[in-house]
Amino acid sequence: MSSAVETVPAGSNDWALWLRQVRAIFRMEIEKNFLGRRSILIYLIALLPLFPLSIFALVTPPGREWQDINNYSLFYANFYNGLILRTVVFFGCAWIFMNLFRGEIIDRSLHYYFLSAVRREVLVVGKYFSGLVTSIILFTATTVVAMLLLFLPHVYSQSVRFFTEGRGLAHLLTYAGITMLACVGYGAFFLVVGLFVRNPIIPAVLLYLWEWINFLLPPLLKKISVIHYLNSLVPVPISEGPFAVVAEPTPAYIAIPSMVGVTLLVLILAAYRIRHMEIRYGSD
Amino acid sequence: MSSPDQLIIFDNVSKFYGEILGVNRINIQIAPGITSLVGPNGAGKSTLMNLMTGLLRPTRGEITLLGIPTDRPDELFRKVGYCTQFDSFPRGVTGREFINSFLMVHGYDRKRANELSHVALERVNLLEAADRKVAGYSKGMRQRIRLAQSIAHEPAVLILDEPLNGLDPMVRAETIALFRKLASEGLHLIVSSHILHEVDMMSDRVVLLNNGYIVAEGNIHGVRDEMEEHPMQILIRCDQPAKLASYVFEQNHVVEARLHDDRRGLFVKTRDADRFYLMLNRAVAEGEVNVETVAPIDDDLSAVYQYLIGPTGGSA
Repeated sequence: MSSAVETVPAGSNDWALWLRQVRAIFRMEIEKNFLGRRSILIYLIALLPLFPLSIFALVTPPGREWQDINNYSLFYANFYNGLILRTVVFFGCAWIFMNLFRGEIIDRSLHYYFLSAVRREVLVVGKYFSGLVTSIILFTATTVVAMLLLFLPHVYSQSVRFFTEGRGLAHLLTYAGITMLACVGYGAFFLVVGLFVRNPIIPAVLLYLWEWINFLLPPLLKKISVIHYLNSLVPVPISEGPFAVVAEPTPAYIAIPSMVGVTLLVLILAAYRIRHMEIRYGSD
Repeated sequence: MSSPDQLIIFDNVSKFYGEILGVNRINIQIAPGITSLVGPNGAGKSTLMNLMTGLLRPTRGEITLLGIPTDRPDELFRKVGYCTQFDSFPRGVTGREFINSFLMVHGYDRKRANELSHVALERVNLLEAADRKVAGYSKGMRQRIRLAQSIAHEPAVLILDEPLNGLDPMVRAETIALFRKLASEGLHLIVSSHILHEVDMMSDRVVLLNNGYIVAEGNIHGVRDEMEEHPMQILIRCDQPAKLASYVFEQNHVVEARLHDDRRGLFVKTRDADRFYLMLNRAVAEGEVNVETVAPIDDDLSAVYQYLIGPTGGSA
């Protein structure tokens, strides 16, 4: 047998090789994420907000307020914050990203990656990107379809003007951007949780509660969360209730780089962990 | 003498799982050819294999394969293939997809991956089933597809954890022939098995493990020769076994001589087999006895295993 070195060159061509390897890992993971049995739950989670909106689309409630497009903007802001961002994107990302490594440990198939001529950091990047693309496609689609499904059936002509001439398109793109940023942040968090914790549900629930009580926290503690930065970016601010501790929203030029920076740090932590990881399925 | 970049070297390696001992103070150098790891369950065979492939990290000591440390998978697995005992696969893949996908993770382009996976599937005689889902494979087919995956990238070191498990006798023979062929091509083959006669058949050398320690290593006959506390047993079929018995009793290296039940042979236990054979040659040359056959009885792996590890350890 000849060595594989001839056909898989290393050294001067490292970046090209890593890119090919990331692509190969990405393709395998995408097939698993989109087409595997586990993906059914993700589709259901992504479709969840569309069920009530589909029913709501059939009947416009009586009352003048339901003829005012501004109310729809406010309604969507609350709907997006409560259901899409805090629930669908959160739990969807939890499921997708925790399973990237934890799922393979449960299936006892992670060792195949570890026995390939690939740096484990490259493996983290390939898997993370696959999760990111999966979550962004699904949940951004949910965000966009949900908004259109809320606006168009009820106040059609106002909505068309809102999206074509008014701020509608900007709002739509902003919500989509927030969803993407949420996938970036939550994705990295859950990826690393899946690597460190045998039962990742517990830290997921703890983070969920932390995100929900964010409105009660003092301004400094608010900043130790994902939701604070995401809420700072929403185009239609929502009331957090009479008990909320009011804090200045973080400007986008700080919020976005902060999120991306923290994500990079978390991914470096994941790479460190995976580099030193042993395969001991019995104890996992 | 081989250079370090031709050897697999364990330098004072220990592995503990918390307080539980995996392997302790392993110092070996493995040269090309077939080396078998033999020992009862829990002896440390799989631990040793997982250590040499970086799936486990040593608590102490260092391991290099052909000069490459085990914590550099990107270099290591260009030269190493490992067929583990884990009978699990990524979900939903066919045999060909399984091999192709991981070849592409190695960095091969699709065309080259297809060529390599075809060759590997052919070598394990699994081409016909290559496009069926692995989930529908029999245990033997799953074993073979794992073997194909481990050899597909043409490694220089092939590590096989119980590779004959689940294979029917015909396929076992074919697989052993494949191992011999790979070894003749200059590969290192490290094989663990508890089927001692198969290990005996295919190995150039053995490493006997028990309770995490190496109890013996080397060529099996060399190991046997060094076991002075267990005299070598030899059966001599001849026309006058009683006369031969009186002759051999004069030799101080012979510790026991006993007539065979059919009175047509003699069992001899000697501490020095070479001197015994010389003595026997002399007896034949002097016309004392006519010898039909001479057969060492315990100069094989099963006997060595029994003496060093005990009867409970393996299935000989």
